[in-house]
Amino acid sequence: MIPGPFEYHRPGTLDEAVALLASLGDDAKIISGGHSLIPMMKLRLAEPAHLVDISGLDGLDYIRESDGYLTIGALTCEAAVDRSDLIHSKYPIISDTAHVIADPLVRNLATIGGNLAHGDPANDHPATMLALGAEVVVSGPNGSRTIGIDDFFLGPLTTALGADEILTEIRIPTPPANSGGAYIKFERKVGDFAIAAVAATVTLDADGNCVKAGIGLTNVGPTPVRAKAAEEALTGNPLTDDNIATAGRLASEASQPISDHRGSEEYKRAIVEVLTKRALYKAKSRAEGGS
Amino acid sequence: MTELKTSAEIGGMGHSVKRKEDPRFIRGRGNYVDDVVRPGMLYMAIVRSPYAHAKIISINSEKALAHPGVAAVITGETLKEYNLHWMPTLMSDTQMVLPIDKVMYQAQEVAAVIATSRYAAADGVELVEVEYEPLEVVIDPFKALEPGAPVLRTDKEGQKDNRIFHWEAGDKAATDQAFKDAEVTITQDIYIPRIHVASIETCGIVAEFDSVEGQLTCWMTSQAPHAHRTVFALVAGHVGLSEEKIRIISPDIGGGFGGKVPIYPGYVIAIAATVVTGSPIKWIENRRENLQADSFARDYHMHAELAADKDGTMKALRIKTIADHGYTDAACNPAKWPAGMFSVMTGSYPFEQAFCEVDGVYTNKPPGGIAYRCSFRVTEAVHAIERLVDMLADEIDMDPAALRFKNFIKPEQFPYKTVTGWEYDSGNYAGALKLAMEMIGYEDLLKEQKEKRERGELMGIGISSFTEVVGAGPSKHFDILGLKMFDSAEIRVHPTGKVIVRLGVKSQGQGHETTFGQIVAEELGIPVKDIKVEEGDTDTAPYGLGTYASRSTPVAGAATALASRKIRDKARKIAAYLLEVNEDDLEWEPGKFFVKGVPDKVKTIQEIAFAAYTNHPQGLEAGLEAVSYYDPPNLTFPFGSYICVVDIDSGTGEVKIRRFVAVDDCGNIINPMIVEGQIHGGLTMGMAPVLMEEISYDEEGNIYGGSFMEYLMPTAMETPNWETGKTTTPSPHHPIGAKGVGESATVGAPPAIVNAIVDALSHLGVRHMEIPITPEKVWRAINGL
Amino acid sequence: MGTQSISIKVNGAEQTGEVEARLLLVHFIREDLGLTGTHIGCDTSHCGACTVILDGKAVKSCTVFAVQAAGKEVQTIEGMTTNGELHPLQEGFMEEHGLQCGFCTPGMIMSSKALLQENSNPTEEEIRIGISGNLCRCTGYVNIVKAVQYAAAKI
Repeated sequence: MIPGPFEYHRPGTLDEAVALLASLGDDAKIISGGHSLIPMMKLRLAEPAHLVDISGLDGLDYIRESDGYLTIGALTCEAAVDRSDLIHSKYPIISDTAHVIADPLVRNLATIGGNLAHGDPANDHPATMLALGAEVVVSGPNGSRTIGIDDFFLGPLTTALGADEILTEIRIPTPPANSGGAYIKFERKVGDFAIAAVAATVTLDADGNCVKAGIGLTNVGPTPVRAKAAEEALTGNPLTDDNIATAGRLASEASQPISDHRGSEEYKRAIVEVLTKRALYKAKSRAEGGS
Repeated sequence: MTELKTSAEIGGMGHSVKRKEDPRFIRGRGNYVDDVVRPGMLYMAIVRSPYAHAKIISINSEKALAHPGVAAVITGETLKEYNLHWMPTLMSDTQMVLPIDKVMYQAQEVAAVIATSRYAAADGVELVEVEYEPLEVVIDPFKALEPGAPVLRTDKEGQKDNRIFHWEAGDKAATDQAFKDAEVTITQDIYIPRIHVASIETCGIVAEFDSVEGQLTCWMTSQAPHAHRTVFALVAGHVGLSEEKIRIISPDIGGGFGGKVPIYPGYVIAIAATVVTGSPIKWIENRRENLQADSFARDYHMHAELAADKDGTMKALRIKTIADHGYTDAACNPAKWPAGMFSVMTGSYPFEQAFCEVDGVYTNKPPGGIAYRCSFRVTEAVHAIERLVDMLADEIDMDPAALRFKNFIKPEQFPYKTVTGWEYDSGNYAGALKLAMEMIGYEDLLKEQKEKRERGELMGIGISSFTEVVGAGPSKHFDILGLKMFDSAEIRVHPTGKVIVRLGVKSQGQGHETTFGQIVAEELGIPVKDIKVEEGDTDTAPYGLGTYASRSTPVAGAATALASRKIRDKARKIAAYLLEVNEDDLEWEPGKFFVKGVPDKVKTIQEIAFAAYTNHPQGLEAGLEAVSYYDPPNLTFPFGSYICVVDIDSGTGEVKIRRFVAVDDCGNIINPMIVEGQIHGGLTMGMAPVLMEEISYDEEGNIYGGSFMEYLMPTAMETPNWETGKTTTPSPHHPIGAKGVGESATVGAPPAIVNAIVDALSHLGVRHMEIPITPEKVWRAINGL
Repeated sequence: MGTQSISIKVNGAEQTGEVEARLLLVHFIREDLGLTGTHIGCDTSHCGACTVILDGKAVKSCTVFAVQAAGKEVQTIEGMTTNGELHPLQEGFMEEHGLQCGFCTPGMIMSSKALLQENSNPTEEEIRIGISGNLCRCTGYVNIVKAVQYAAAKI
């Protein structure tokens, strides 16, 4: 399959990239890893007249921790996220997530920024970032702004990102002690999108009560879904089997799956419930110092 | 164990000789069709129908022709001028090359764009404007047979409904009576869905016509180059293509599995295009075209019944099948066998009565009914019988292994004639199952399962004891379009004792360059490294029907052995002359003749070869070469027993194959390493449709499964670590006692996995599950939904 | 839409070309450079037959535009031998019968090379994950795993 013709731009700086986007308007698409866009172009489902390649921009490929945040440059590839010792030791939920995106070859080019900016509810990072309460930094003609993840995903393949804006950084608040998280994806085979996947985070107090919980759901709605009622049901309570079961049920209720070849609506809701419970148990175990 | 008669240096039968084809593949120096480049070559891309059934109102090529680089647009009207818009299928049905008035399935070829580059051709496809008028779509084969269903093949005179054929085997009345008299009967509807071989290399052709010489050369992905050449000559003879001037070169093939046996419209359009444009034409289909339009496999709706005594003695078998063939019958079965070897359904058991009937049906789907690594519908047959056996075991509360042992055809009963007319050559079914049970630790697994079940964990054990039928076949019963299914080998020993072997079959990864050399090495004692094997060029190879249905070793392997023996006979005459003794005084051991009792009076095969060209006896022709066209006296019947252990996640329904032991018996083995590799691959292709792969259609005929996003092929992560074992029961009628193995595992594996999954859920009341067994199906079964 | 000139270092040699922006890297390698060891199997970045190493990372060259690779280094299967010596992976695939039709093999070898660069002693599970972006229809993967283990032991 052969993509349609386009004009290729490789700006040298972020400002140039933003200016290009502003001048080219709707005819332009950003490309970094290209693993969502190029397949669509080969199917001629996308035929942008201009591609603005930001993959070579300096200074957007990093994983750091400072001032109470883990910050990840938007151009950081999934393989680097997967391999990062910092992430693996302190934010294993993000390792879980990066590790199950597509396949290892795709992860070498696909970027975390692209995974979020594409706005695909089937992508894996969105649910995790919802559970972690992340924010994204975007740059546009008027400088940069920060968008809370809850305000970022607006609809299918639609985000709060303006046509002339570029996502540059993901900021994740460093969780307090006794926190843990896990992402569990259930897929038909390696390389497929999730039938459903669940990201869960918990913070425990000294008595083992859950003081904070985050639950995000993948591919069970028009946007990535945050299961707020489930989070609230856990907050302030111990993570007993009963409470975890309740959270699973509430997460399932919060999901809005549709029937397709990955499964019926009924099945997907059941999977959300099962995975939510499993992710919570794993998150709890990690919060308690386990793996 | 195959007895080793040659040294490792000679590398005859039974040696795990490293493959001679590998040095080029591991360096990226294979030569596949898409690697072929000809001067002035143009590229072809195909416009395809978005509708499953529609009238073509108009095709407008103007915009496409105006696009830079586009040289021509070929439509059905172009081909009609040459009367090439229809072609015969290998089943003597007819198939559109390009349509004139209507399309019959989604993704059907509508027009072809010829351009100076792949990119321009793809652009041209986007610019061809086709106006359609949708027609009523017939997707369900049962509805297609209902009175009043739209007749799809309006082009066929006298065709009043959508039935293609009705075929039956066995004694209906006697079988019906046996069912009436039976103590126990088992009935199950079983659907084996549409699947696709999806070899990693898609299909393609480079066609080059020299109008001055009238010579057509085609490099194409062909498992049967000679048969294709003859078909081209017969179909296009009237436009001046003559068989001696058609050369098909089948270069390295990136996997076949049956998908490269049919003649696809794309090949024919490319040939027409090279004739029309005078330029070489390359057409390489993309993956979507490959999955959406190339021949499918399976699609059998079976109603299967088994009659038995209460003690488990199996008495009778009855299967009624509706076979969905799509819009034309473009299967690749032997002519007299529209449902292939389906009547081998009695499997490994001595049924007293059996009857099967198969109705082929037209629907608005792409044609096919080809292999998917299966010899002519044996997979469907084995699936039915091995499922029914497990259901019977469940019904009479008997261990499935014990039930099989009770019923198996016994070694002393061979050759065994089945009630549907097959003569099984040899077998030891109990021996294979016994070994598989030992390897996997069957008794321990039963204990483990009992304990797990008490804890609420889901674990299942499944057995399949299959009988394959391969090596088509004896020419009195087997032909394709009249071409008898013999096969051939031509061997030339050069003066220095080196050899070239040319064959009518064509490897697609099976390792023929190695294994056929080993047969010659076994028979002539010439080291395998000195033997070159060449296939796939119709100008040089002897005529043969090609490689599919596990027929290369049974047929061409035999031809190779017999041609070698002809050479050995002549070598004996030359040796007798050189040693000045009578032929009868000579004894042969691999690589040399010596005088009986005088081992130092010896002539090596290399010395004899040299003499054949430099010092041959008067009255004997010079040279040392032979040809054999082998017409097998019977088919061969490989068999095996497989045991699968699955663990099931009760929360999600996910099935994990924990262990899988495959004991195969394919008679004498040429190369154990290659045989094991064939089994590994076959098992994986057996597993895939059980758990994941399927092509399906909605009511409008829109395909699901038309790209690798949707057609789920297993990766290394979904594939278990296969364990293999073997028993050896040679074929008594085959010159080297071999049987063929390429497809055994694909045939045998599915019911073992299904049986294991059903077994894991049997205490919940589950008796059967339809493939692909998705996690959701399992979850529903667990939850009684 | 015109063309642009690019320069890519392929198997150690600087290669230049005048290409359309939409030219896929795999087509540049196969058709402009004639390095046909890299194959195309699916178009949707699922099969990995087109795997090459781009600046040290194994990638699917059907999902990269040639212009994106400008100024970078590419290694293909043709660059795996040094002075005629086989790479241990090439040897391993042959010794362990890790290939049949050979079509997925170059991609498998390139993915495995990248895997072993990162992890010189992978477990079976790690190997299986490492090659999970490459489809093989012939071998059932068992012997491919063994081939990678063979090479790992040798490197």
